[in-house]
Amino acid sequence: MTQTAKAASAAATTASSAPSMLTQQAGEFLTFTLGAEEYGVEILKVQEIRGYEQVTTIANAPVFIKGVINLRGVIVPIVDMRIKFALGKVEYDQFTVVIILNVANRVVGMVVDGVSDVINLTPEQIRPAPEIGGGLGSRYIIGLGTLDKRMLILMDIERLMTSPDMSLVDNDVVH
Amino acid sequence: MSQFYGVFFEEASELLAEMENLLLQLDPDAPDSEKLNAIFRAAHSIKGGASTFGFTDMTEVTHILESMLDKVRKGELTLTDEMVDASLKAGDILKSQMAGHRDQSATDPEAAAAICAVLKGLADAQSRAPTPAPAVAQTPEPPATVAAPTQKAGPASGSAPVVYRIEFSVAGSARANKAMLDNIFADLRSKGKLDVLTEPADGDVEPAVFALQLATAASEEDVWEVLAFVIDPAALKIETLSAEGATVPAPAAKADPGYGFFEPLYDALVPQGSAEKPAPAATSVAAAKVPDADPEKDDVPRPQMPARPEAVPPGRRESDKASAASANADSSSIRVNIEKVDLLINLVGELVIAQAMLAQTASKIDPVTGESLLQGMNQLERNVRDLQEAVMSIRMMPIGFVFSRFPRVVRDLAGKLKKEVELKTVGEGTELDRGLIEKISDPLTHLVRNSLDHGIELPEKRIAAGKPARGTITLRAFHQGGNIVIEVGDDGAGLSREKILSKARSRGMPVPDSMTDQEVWQLIFEAGFSTAEVVTDVSGRGVGMDVVKRNIQALGGSVDIDSALGVGTRMSIRLPLTLAILDGMSVSVGNQTFIVPLISIVESLQPRREDIKGVQGRDALVHVRGDYLPVVALHEVFGIQPRETDMGKGIMMILEAEGTKKALFVDELLGQHQVVIKSLQSNYKKVPGVSGATIMGDGRVALILDVAAIVRGGSSRMLEAA
Repeated sequence: MTQTAKAASAAATTASSAPSMLTQQAGEFLTFTLGAEEYGVEILKVQEIRGYEQVTTIANAPVFIKGVINLRGVIVPIVDMRIKFALGKVEYDQFTVVIILNVANRVVGMVVDGVSDVINLTPEQIRPAPEIGGGLGSRYIIGLGTLDKRMLILMDIERLMTSPDMSLVDNDVVH
Repeated sequence: MSQFYGVFFEEASELLAEMENLLLQLDPDAPDSEKLNAIFRAAHSIKGGASTFGFTDMTEVTHILESMLDKVRKGELTLTDEMVDASLKAGDILKSQMAGHRDQSATDPEAAAAICAVLKGLADAQSRAPTPAPAVAQTPEPPATVAAPTQKAGPASGSAPVVYRIEFSVAGSARANKAMLDNIFADLRSKGKLDVLTEPADGDVEPAVFALQLATAASEEDVWEVLAFVIDPAALKIETLSAEGATVPAPAAKADPGYGFFEPLYDALVPQGSAEKPAPAATSVAAAKVPDADPEKDDVPRPQMPARPEAVPPGRRESDKASAASANADSSSIRVNIEKVDLLINLVGELVIAQAMLAQTASKIDPVTGESLLQGMNQLERNVRDLQEAVMSIRMMPIGFVFSRFPRVVRDLAGKLKKEVELKTVGEGTELDRGLIEKISDPLTHLVRNSLDHGIELPEKRIAAGKPARGTITLRAFHQGGNIVIEVGDDGAGLSREKILSKARSRGMPVPDSMTDQEVWQLIFEAGFSTAEVVTDVSGRGVGMDVVKRNIQALGGSVDIDSALGVGTRMSIRLPLTLAILDGMSVSVGNQTFIVPLISIVESLQPRREDIKGVQGRDALVHVRGDYLPVVALHEVFGIQPRETDMGKGIMMILEAEGTKKALFVDELLGQHQVVIKSLQSNYKKVPGVSGATIMGDGRVALILDVAAIVRGGSSRMLEAA
């Protein structure tokens, strides 16, 4: 109950402070595809991009958490965004890409359909996110980036990865 | 200046620990003079350091302690138990004072004053009673003509002041070290007459070199100690220029302030003793140090003053130098920040993993074409293994560091409880990880206190039971496999099955009579469980045993109890040698690999079909050596598709945790490994049934099973928790 309220108020804060946030958020983004949609994450949150390798599954974890891998001695959980958002065809081959992110002092890998490029967005090119429902609620979206005819969904990846929705972190609130 | 505090605190706490240790070893009936000297030296060094840094409260206590010890080692006092007790207490006070300085917290000045008074009383009471000698000796002494105040400073006027030339250099400029230097100079001035010969200009010249001349009655050792705490001994040179005559009054007066330094204290604490007390000391010093100046001394009966080698000044100084030199040679250890060591250990851990991965790849190479590569790989493997061992050994410390605190604990407690107890320690040299040493100390103390309070009976009871009045507590440590086992044994009353069971029932626990002894003993680890009839301030509140067990389990260890009524109890703590590495058995279920900590594996077996018993239509029990053990299928716990579902074909691992056994059903045993423990939680979250992760030779991640959770919960609980 309280948590929902908190989340709602947090969302409200985001919306009201959106213009100033957008100017801050302008900069370089790594773009990737999930199904037909194109997404972007701040380049500074990205540690590296790797191919998909065999993971060690974790018992009783949600399906979109594929498991953990050994990244040069560090145990890193891998999330498949295609499963999480029910986008794209879920298959693993030599073209499957994992973006290793560095968010909130944690290292997390996410599986996407493909990585396109790194683009520079000016504040004018970023529009506030409209109210949308669905898997990726608007509270995890910074805004929409426009570049020629392309539309990028700019993710607030740090908030998303640390949210209870992803069940990647131990949350103090037990529900 | 403050950067030197740390060094002082560390050194002083080491000295205090050493002092306590030696005090406990002292036999009051036949004190070992070497030990007495060592105790004295420790107290003296603490005093030197404390006064350098201006910790006057510590200086006061050590000074009084030192003067009492001095009399004892000179044979003017006979050592008594009270003295040892008082000295130990003084050590405690010093520790608290030091903690006070370190944390800037308040200390209890009354306690310090009380212990000073006790020490002073002990030093005086005895010295006056059995020694007629000082009174006789006092008469022929030349300075007897000097007025009373000077006589009070007897030791100074009696011994010959010596002029030392001191040279030292300080890293950094004189200005940067001004506070420190001022302190040193003040200290030296308090010892005698100080002339600064050369002093660097007040600029920023580096290094600042000083030459001083000090006329003092203090020994070279004393001077050395004032300086050595703050100045690198390598940059310090002390030379003896001349020894001035003992009878010359001027230097005697000069030297006076040196010993007057602590004078106010004497007066303040025990005013009535000050006139008599220093006199005997004066005689002894005078008589001993300048034998030829006092021809009548041969007639003086000094029954309690045996000839000592240090009686002759030049000889003494030489031996001091020799011991200082040997001390320098002995100190071949360095202090390293523990974080650096941990970093090194982590890096080596990575190296081991990388090496294992390489080895796996190399094993696919044709041995003929890749001969030199494979040879190199073998060499690398050996080197890496040696390196890992060597690095791990940096963190290893002998368990003696923990054991050394127990003689004191036992002594104090036994006194309080009016029990006679002897403490035996075996295997102090057994090494384990430093982190574990720190963490095991409290649980172990608790077990020892518990043994003393509940285990060992009162002497009368023991005699009535046909046992020697003096009980024995044995601390034993040894390695077993990759573990260290620490046993706390006593020859006391043992645990009473009936008492524990009735207590458990009165607390409403479901305890069937059919419980095994092991299970019954484990009950004492329940929170709030105590069968002691009387709650003492030592134990009996039932708080603690559960904490002990929890702490030990948190370290990846276990506690077992063996007990026989009337014969004794033995608690065995089993711990891994280090927290960073685990001995494990790798098992496979489906396409997954898991690591089971070796410590919790009792045995592994392939059961016969007829040994598997069903309950309610499911295979639920396995019959092993007369026991029916519940079966937990790992594939059910973790929801994996197994290769083997027929329990008659897979492997049963008998696991034991917290005194309960269960059989874990897996597909296959793969092998035994030493694995580096990695945290899952640093990037992910806690996974029920998993205590951590590791990286296998092929670079893949394997999860380490949390056996306690699995044994406790079984498959159903685990799934609920998820």
